[in-house]
Amino acid sequence: MRTATAPFTLRRARTLDAALKILREEPGTVPIAGCTDVYVALEFGGTPGTRYLDLTRLSALKRITTSGEKLVIGALATYTELQKSRFVRARLPMLVEAARLVGGVQIQNMGTVGGNLANGSPAGDTLPVFAVADAQVVLAGLDGERRVPFNAFYTGYRASVRRPDELIVAVEVPPLIGKQWFRKVGTRAAQAISKVVFAGVRGLETRLALGSVAPTVVRLPATEKVLNGGGGIEDALSALAGEITPIDDLRSTAEYRRTVAASLVRQFWSETA
Amino acid sequence: MKFTLNGTPRELEAHPLKRLLDVLREDCGLTGTKEGCGEGECGACTVLVDGEPVVSCLMPCAQAEGCDVTTIEGLSGDHALQRAMMREVGAQCGICTPGVILAARGLVEGARKPTLERVREALAGNLCRCTGYEAIHRAVLSAHAEVHENATPSATVVANENNA
Repeated sequence: MRTATAPFTLRRARTLDAALKILREEPGTVPIAGCTDVYVALEFGGTPGTRYLDLTRLSALKRITTSGEKLVIGALATYTELQKSRFVRARLPMLVEAARLVGGVQIQNMGTVGGNLANGSPAGDTLPVFAVADAQVVLAGLDGERRVPFNAFYTGYRASVRRPDELIVAVEVPPLIGKQWFRKVGTRAAQAISKVVFAGVRGLETRLALGSVAPTVVRLPATEKVLNGGGGIEDALSALAGEITPIDDLRSTAEYRRTVAASLVRQFWSETA
Repeated sequence: MKFTLNGTPRELEAHPLKRLLDVLREDCGLTGTKEGCGEGECGACTVLVDGEPVVSCLMPCAQAEGCDVTTIEGLSGDHALQRAMMREVGAQCGICTPGVILAARGLVEGARKPTLERVREALAGNLCRCTGYEAIHRAVLSAHAEVHENATPSATVVANENNA
């Protein structure tokens, strides 16, 4: 057994209130669900925390439903559940595509939407989708709920406005008009973490987002402005070059990411024409 | 913790954060479940929890509390897919094999005949460094045919699908 468990504790909450109380009373507690990020960190000697709180019994947070015009995705919905949901399939097919490309079936059965958001990796596969969908993140605390626009959720590399005593309980997605397009580029077709991940919507207005080209997932306002203003794709790609900041890391190089990001925007623009 | 292991109720003491993989191998003595990468990439440690494939290296055992866990030992040794893996030489070194069999079991037992594409998707999370996958895919299709008492899919059909 390589994962060191002895100094760590795990609590399991049966209700959201109980979970929020634990987070408030025991600062530093790390909420866990699918564990597909936390257990990888532990395996490699990282210590995300010493106190853990298992959320998987909060079955109400698994629900995917609609409320008025909005699609409401519970934070504990797994990638498999996203693919099966008739609401997600009808309203947000690019999220189905993103979920289908996360790891293999096993990871899709475990990993959750809330975990993808909370982990906050710039390579998170669902994040560009929520960025172009102008989604809202629903945060719950003991004092009540608040909604934060997804595009204002991250403040830096793996940093967000979520307070330590809050939980992500849902993501709300307003109706989306236009063609949806998602593409992930990794080392191989399955089981690879993204080198670059892209989502776009082309409707009354064009919206674009990229992952793995900056410390957080990013919308591309300058590129969008060119395209929405009737500019050509070459001008748009010049704008793109000025608003992404990819780096060299273990998965790819800055140069490769720049090339792929431009290719993806170009491909999106021609395929959604 | 209490759970059902291969159809038998079990109760044991384990740290709640201990990986399900380690509980199965160390506390239950079932070493059919293999550890490959330890980070959810390779699928060697795949088991079924409430019928669904998961990687046991990333699951705290507490999450299996009250669940129905199936490991390779839970299959008879004479399951159609196990026999097909032998027949088609779908295993060489064998490290990935228990995980492959559990990940594909649902497809083999399902009523609908899986396409090659569907088999590939179901096994996308199981890495095999020996076979090049073709023999594994043949075994899954062949086992499905056997379970559902159809003809064994001919080599031609498989070859054509591969080229599609």
